[in-house]
Amino acid sequence: MDALFLNQLFNGASLASLYLLAALGLALSFGLMRVINMAHGEMLMLGGYLAWMTLLVVPGAMGIILAIPVAFIGAAAMGGFIQSTLIRHLSARPLDTLLATWGVSLILQQGARDLFGAIGVEVRAPEWLTGSFVAFGVTLPSARLFIIAIAALVLGALALLLLKTRIGLLVRAVNQDRMMASASGIDVKRVDFTIFCLGSGVAGLAGVMLALLGPVTPNVGQSYIIPAFLVVVMGGLGSIVGTTASAIILGLFAALAQIFVDVSVAQMLLLMFVILFIQVRPQGVVAVKTRQLDA
Amino acid sequence: MPDLSRFSPLKPVLPWLLLALGIAAPFALSSYDLNLLARFMAMGILALGLVLIWGHGGILSLGQGVFFGLGGYAIALHMKLADLPAGELPDFMVWSGRESLPFWWAPFSSPAFTLAAIVIVPTLAGALFAWAVFHRRVGGTYFALITQALSLAFATLIISRQDVTGGFNGLTDFYSIFGVGLASPGTGSMLYWITLTLLCGAFVALRWLLASRFGILLRAARDGENRVRFLGYNPTPFKVAAFAIAAMLAGIGGALFTLHAGVVSPALIGVVPSIEMVVWVAIGGRYSLAGAIVGALLVNLARDAVSSAFPELWLYLMGALFIFVVTLLPRGLAGMVKGKAA
Repeated sequence: MDALFLNQLFNGASLASLYLLAALGLALSFGLMRVINMAHGEMLMLGGYLAWMTLLVVPGAMGIILAIPVAFIGAAAMGGFIQSTLIRHLSARPLDTLLATWGVSLILQQGARDLFGAIGVEVRAPEWLTGSFVAFGVTLPSARLFIIAIAALVLGALALLLLKTRIGLLVRAVNQDRMMASASGIDVKRVDFTIFCLGSGVAGLAGVMLALLGPVTPNVGQSYIIPAFLVVVMGGLGSIVGTTASAIILGLFAALAQIFVDVSVAQMLLLMFVILFIQVRPQGVVAVKTRQLDA
Repeated sequence: MPDLSRFSPLKPVLPWLLLALGIAAPFALSSYDLNLLARFMAMGILALGLVLIWGHGGILSLGQGVFFGLGGYAIALHMKLADLPAGELPDFMVWSGRESLPFWWAPFSSPAFTLAAIVIVPTLAGALFAWAVFHRRVGGTYFALITQALSLAFATLIISRQDVTGGFNGLTDFYSIFGVGLASPGTGSMLYWITLTLLCGAFVALRWLLASRFGILLRAARDGENRVRFLGYNPTPFKVAAFAIAAMLAGIGGALFTLHAGVVSPALIGVVPSIEMVVWVAIGGRYSLAGAIVGALLVNLARDAVSSAFPELWLYLMGALFIFVVTLLPRGLAGMVKGKAA
């Protein structure tokens, strides 16, 4: 195996962790409510700007660590606001939710352009993240290793939350059968709201990671959100395992394709790969077995 | 909601009134305004296709820009080649150091091939794409997300292959079409008539189609796809056909738009423009053919007025329009005219 291949393999892993962080929130709320929040990409953007502002207040090495909870809470609050004012009222109309939240996304992007300028702001990564390691003849930048580690941590925390806590139990119940869960006394609207905030928070956290890799611009979210949508399409309804698997597959595919073709052709190939994939498994990587016809 | 149905006595004469206005336009408008109107009508042709698939088929496409672009680039390739002295290359190819014409450019020097390509390429592309997704019963939100990825991939591909597509700047500087000078007097009016005729033709054809058995099945599949299957129909061919027709209309609209605007570029067909196309129809009324035409005209008029004076205001306004129409006015302007009973 040559160095280029190993290098792209590593880039694929880091791309996959970004896709995963961006897609987790989408997949969770899609599983629960069957709606996609098109403004989810702007949660990444918001996280990036919050990281930038945190570093203005707290420069120094620990600023970026502090930025993570700040971005999480800020994006979660914004997500909760969008959910409770807009999405909740449209929950029976998935396609209309798509369009209305696209409107929100446009407004947020333009708002960021007016507030912070179109060129974008630079977040200076602390010194302990600017170095790199060399292994097997491949240079591994610390920032990208950090991102992979954070994605793994978030995934682990989410898995614990869903499998071991009471709120996780409620979420799984609503995911399996919304009507039955509601009939047995679960406040499904509150579960929706909680998961939506959580997913937006994770996206905000992903925004901090993006800020480590490049400047934060008003449309920084757009370049990651469309692959993240494809991750959701391929993952299977509301399945964390499926979302993780498809994020890894698509991240690796995009990075490895770039060995042979340029970025734009790789993007086309990525889409074709997803379309080919649903020929084989239209239900996604992981399908929840159900007798429901119109799930 | 204000109920406008009390104006309904006007309804039977309204289409004829609008048609008369449309026919009279070249005599009343300046050539600049006429050109603008013709552009918006070309967009109206695309909007009609969205009524078919989105309003009546429940298929939300965020990728109509792709088919609009296929039609637009087809006619642009022809006009680029037609204006060239024999054996020369288009200017942008020379600048990026190409020495020969790409093989897929060559057939576009024929007018007949170009006209056929404008109709056939988007239709086939739409049919293939829709079949690949629908025959495995993937639809709804998934389909919308996949179409958005398609429009992103298409626009990026055009931008990156600058040497053969003109890249980000697109293709422009056209002088003649089928031997007629674009700047010569009368050409503007003639192209306007052609656009108006095609718009009316598409309107009448889709009216007939939506009232036919095909339209009924399409609506049935929208409201309960599995029920349609239980009744013994396979809804997939209907959805694929509807999508292909919408793609064809988008392609024709794109070709006409390129003629009127004198340019086709990725900025007109990418992710954001593709979604803007949906907002025309959302505002006009997704179930109404006439509403879609009115929506395309009104939104683009407003865009033209607002974005020349306050460019940054337009994105706020469009975002707000999306939210407003979808939450409070799901039937659009047409719903206001028809009243609650419609």
